[in-house]
Amino acid sequence: MKSAVIVFPGSNCDRDLAVAIEQASGTKPVMLWHRETELPAGIDFIAVPGGFSYGDYLRSGAMASRSPVMAAVKAAGTRGVAVLGICNGFQVLTESGLLPGALMRNAGIHFVCRDVALTVENSQSAFTSRYSAGERVVFPVAHHDGNFFADDATLDRLEGEGRVAFRYAESINGSARNIAGILNDSGNVLGMMPHPERASEAAHGNIDGARMFQGLVESLMATA
Amino acid sequence: MKARVFVTLKGGVLDPQGKAIHHALEGLGFSGVNDVRAGKLIELDLADGTSDADIDAMCSKLLANMVIENYRIEKLG
Repeated sequence: MKSAVIVFPGSNCDRDLAVAIEQASGTKPVMLWHRETELPAGIDFIAVPGGFSYGDYLRSGAMASRSPVMAAVKAAGTRGVAVLGICNGFQVLTESGLLPGALMRNAGIHFVCRDVALTVENSQSAFTSRYSAGERVVFPVAHHDGNFFADDATLDRLEGEGRVAFRYAESINGSARNIAGILNDSGNVLGMMPHPERASEAAHGNIDGARMFQGLVESLMATA
Repeated sequence: MKARVFVTLKGGVLDPQGKAIHHALEGLGFSGVNDVRAGKLIELDLADGTSDADIDAMCSKLLANMVIENYRIEKLG
């Protein structure tokens, strides 16, 4: 499986994400600097990591989403390549238009950094196939701008089309309908605020996140 | 030429920053503040002759996120 982790100035979860991907797939992902304009040929999976790209200037993810590499990521995501954006990566994906809505300042203003319980809402996607629908998992979150916003029509469409992948078990940041992660209309792009890569090995004290990467590798190998 | 771009949150979009400022003003003893909305002011120093359409595109493509924000352009000579 050929994968890449995008690295922006200010990314800080890129190496953790690379470790989680390598553990699940057995192959090291290519670390791709934001100035690159092309993705490796035959790429199967692109991960957009958490962090504070461009210091969150203007809006979280705004500058990163307009960087050269994102034009290629957007094109790949549109033609069906699997794309996963975590935390700042989710913000980058909404800012780029690959996913609908926006991530705003947490309703309680505070930066939220703790383990949170989530409900898996959709277990049919390539990313969530190793979970069961309705299952409760715990992932860490660490964000200031995780308050998901979209208009009611968009929220209704996301719900109706089964595109809410994860929901917070209780409100932690004011997100509309407690949405923690969403899929695009084809199901090949997932954005989420919680960090599965920080719950991927025994030393983390929690391995709920490992199944996301294992399931994804399995799905991608099956279609390869 | 210079232009100022005012970026504001759309009506109905929760503004936690505005709420915190409101709360702090009340804490300082200022009564009678009904609501506070915080936004951004971006000043652009532009080549003479930059078209209105270009300034508008700068706003809609980057300076404002049209999902949650509105913008207003003020040209200063």
